[in-house]
Amino acid sequence: MRFDRAVVHAALGHLSLTPIRNVLRRFGIAIAFVLLMAILAVLSPPFATASNLFNIARQVSINAILAAGMTFVILTAGIDLSVGSVLAYSGAIMAGVLVSSLPLLVGIGAGLALGALLGLLNGVIITRGKVQPFIATLAMLTMARGATLVYTDGRPITGLPDAFVWLGEGDLGWIPVPVVIMGVVFLAGHLILTQTVLGRYVYAIGGNEEAARLSGVNVTVYKTLVYGISGLLAAVSAIILTARLNSAQPTAGSGYELDAIAAVVLGGTTLAGGEGSIGGTLLGAFIIGVINNGLNLLNVSAFYQQVVKGAVILLAVLLDRRLR
Amino acid sequence: MGHPAIESLGVMTTQTPPADAPLLQMQGIDKSFPGVQALHDVALQVRVGEVHALVGENGAGKSTLMRILGGVHQRDRGEILWHGRPLEIRSPLEARAHGISIIHQELNQVPGLSVAENIFLGREPRRALVWVDWTQMRLRATRLLADLGLSIDPRRRLGTLSVAEQQLVEIAKALSSEAELVIMDEPTAALTIEETQRLFGFIRDLRTRGVAIIYITHRLEEVFSIADRVTVLRDGQYVSTTAVADMTLDELIRLMVGRRLTEKFPKETVAPGEAVLEVRGLTRAGVFEDVSFVVHHGEILGIAGLIGSGKTEVAHAVFGADPIDRGEIYLDGRRVAIPSPSAAIALGIGLVTEDRKRLGLILQMSVRANITLPVIRTLAPAVFIRRRREQALVAQAIRDLHMAVTSPEQLARNLSGGTQQKAVVAKWLQTHARVLLLAEPTRGIDVGAKVEMYRLMVDLARRGVGIVMISSEMPEILGMSDRILVMHDGRITAEFPRERATQEAILASASGRPPSAV
Ligand SMILES: Nc1ncnc2c1ncn2[C@@H]1O[C@H](COP(=O)(O)OP(=O)(O)OP(=O)(O)O)[C@@H](O)[C@H]1O
Ligand SMILES: [Mg+2]
Repeated sequence: MRFDRAVVHAALGHLSLTPIRNVLRRFGIAIAFVLLMAILAVLSPPFATASNLFNIARQVSINAILAAGMTFVILTAGIDLSVGSVLAYSGAIMAGVLVSSLPLLVGIGAGLALGALLGLLNGVIITRGKVQPFIATLAMLTMARGATLVYTDGRPITGLPDAFVWLGEGDLGWIPVPVVIMGVVFLAGHLILTQTVLGRYVYAIGGNEEAARLSGVNVTVYKTLVYGISGLLAAVSAIILTARLNSAQPTAGSGYELDAIAAVVLGGTTLAGGEGSIGGTLLGAFIIGVINNGLNLLNVSAFYQQVVKGAVILLAVLLDRRLR
Repeated sequence: MGHPAIESLGVMTTQTPPADAPLLQMQGIDKSFPGVQALHDVALQVRVGEVHALVGENGAGKSTLMRILGGVHQRDRGEILWHGRPLEIRSPLEARAHGISIIHQELNQVPGLSVAENIFLGREPRRALVWVDWTQMRLRATRLLADLGLSIDPRRRLGTLSVAEQQLVEIAKALSSEAELVIMDEPTAALTIEETQRLFGFIRDLRTRGVAIIYITHRLEEVFSIADRVTVLRDGQYVSTTAVADMTLDELIRLMVGRRLTEKFPKETVAPGEAVLEVRGLTRAGVFEDVSFVVHHGEILGIAGLIGSGKTEVAHAVFGADPIDRGEIYLDGRRVAIPSPSAAIALGIGLVTEDRKRLGLILQMSVRANITLPVIRTLAPAVFIRRRREQALVAQAIRDLHMAVTSPEQLARNLSGGTQQKAVVAKWLQTHARVLLLAEPTRGIDVGAKVEMYRLMVDLARRGVGIVMISSEMPEILGMSDRILVMHDGRITAEFPRERATQEAILASASGRPPSAV
């Protein structure tokens, strides 16, 4: 005997899967994260130790901070491919200023200012020059990398002061300094996106740029600002990376933009803009970090790690699409 | 092609269904969305070759019921019989295969594709199975459009057409398929009288060919001129099905809103004050030419005109959304420059846009965020948005406009069409503007809500706001305006004081004919 779809439907009508779906939809990525942690804890005992977990957080901080800026950009339906190069350039300038024995704050300030400036430049080219974000930031990716190579002459800059290195390697109480910085960035990002006019405008622009403009949003200004934020946060990442490596490397950060984009997308922000959250991005960054760390602990070769990482990202995004 | 649902009910298939079985029967239909039960135990029965009107207030569930028929939504419960046999409609493609064609309320076309491509989307004429036969497609599209009295080049990108033209293309698309049932969800909301008449001609044609039509509208007069029977829904529930011949307009309204409506146009004339907005010689090459007019505090100035007359474009230009080539704008006697919408808002001008989905709302944001978007700066005196104040404002707006929302956090895209329109209006009530430009302010809202909207306009006028109402709805132009301007071909062709305005005179000026009646 064959079951009729309509009959089955009628019989099971009230046993709807909707509630489960809703939970999965809201917390899917968090559940995936917890599952991943549990699996790794079973497979590899050293994974779940406090020192390893802090180590992961320290490693994650760089990508997470880049991804925080990327979240702003993607929420406006844009993209910023230049973050890796901007990171390298600001890191080099910081190191350059510091090795000429100027004060710590001057070095850091110079790097942050450069990052923000390059980001704003991206923004101006996109809004005033009406260039696609993909193209504008791709050009910036190349130019900033070139400028870094010119500035460093292709060699690492070493001999940084201890106070600076502490920003990457030190701890504040129990907590690694980069993790504190990451926490501050995400808290601020979350407050901006949910509680301020800027945040509201970011979602509005990404959701429907023309409707936003007709509601009085100065789209040009706010979009430019958003790329400025992304550049600034790339420079914040540069502090941590340069301090951890105890040197500014001319090739630092290449390819980082892709991990940052992956973290944003894993975190549930749509590339079409207007929908997503920075909290999701943090989870996304941790998922990528945990996968990296776990595969290392499990002695998976670096080549396979890439394959696995890509597959996990794809899987997570596919699952997310199914649930929506 | 055996349908699994039919085969398994062996008894049903061996018997031919009764010859007089209605074309479509829906029974006990339930449908919930998170937080709302949109339909509860709804029934609908449509006969072969009848025009069946479906009416109800905003959010009553009309579109939802039709989306179930169109395969967009799946019902939670209930039964659909098609020619007397159970039918499952799992996708829009299946609906079409069964002969159900639907013109959605919210246009869902591909703006980047050409008109012809949109009409034949998914069923392009083919050559040698794989190649799209472009010539054939263009020819057929041209013929279809010509049948509807349209001279649109089928190669034009759809996004470049006006809302009304897009609506007509959508109608052409539905008519081009061999359907047994055509569903029209507010097809005339964006159309003028002439276009509506032409559409009615088509509907009558279809009816004589035995095609059934479900016709949704908020223009209730249309029910009486085109429909055979009418079904009323209220709050997601079935109310009644009646032959139109046995029904009066008042009776229909009472069934819809559950009470009697005393007056359709609660017009009160406010003694107009000083000029608040004056426009002199406004020109945008190729769009409108030498447009001058004055609006006074407390006055409602109606602007009538056909599609393409430039009336909406003038509003956009005054609002700073489109650039102008020449002309001056004065606010309260002072000359102002309005280079952008934000400048206009700062000066106290508001614009309720015509196309709520494309220009009016951010669909993936909440009702709350949409309503406060134009004033959000004033809600954040320091750094953070004052949540409490924002929520209070929004709650007030939802109450004032009787918006059918489940909560202020409901996403704009999940609202019924009419409620979306109210949300757009609510946005601009927050700005306390001294001049409000309203483009088609009552498009798609129900009779009761229309009266509320008019009350609101009168209320604003009484508080001294100057209102410019751009509308294609002749009754509201006549019923609500203190003064009426008519535009034709980018120019103002006539001006009537309220007492002297007649439908004939306005229509004559709007179509560029010499005003004989005046
Ligand atoms: N996708 C959705 N998600 C959540 N709620 C929805 C969705 N679609 C419709 N609704 C809700 O279902 C109810 C019925 O909406 P529907 O669009 O069917 O109304 P309608 O009768 O067509 O109204 P209108 O005349 O304004 O077009 C409304 O309360 C609406 O908010
Ligand atoms: Mg509807």
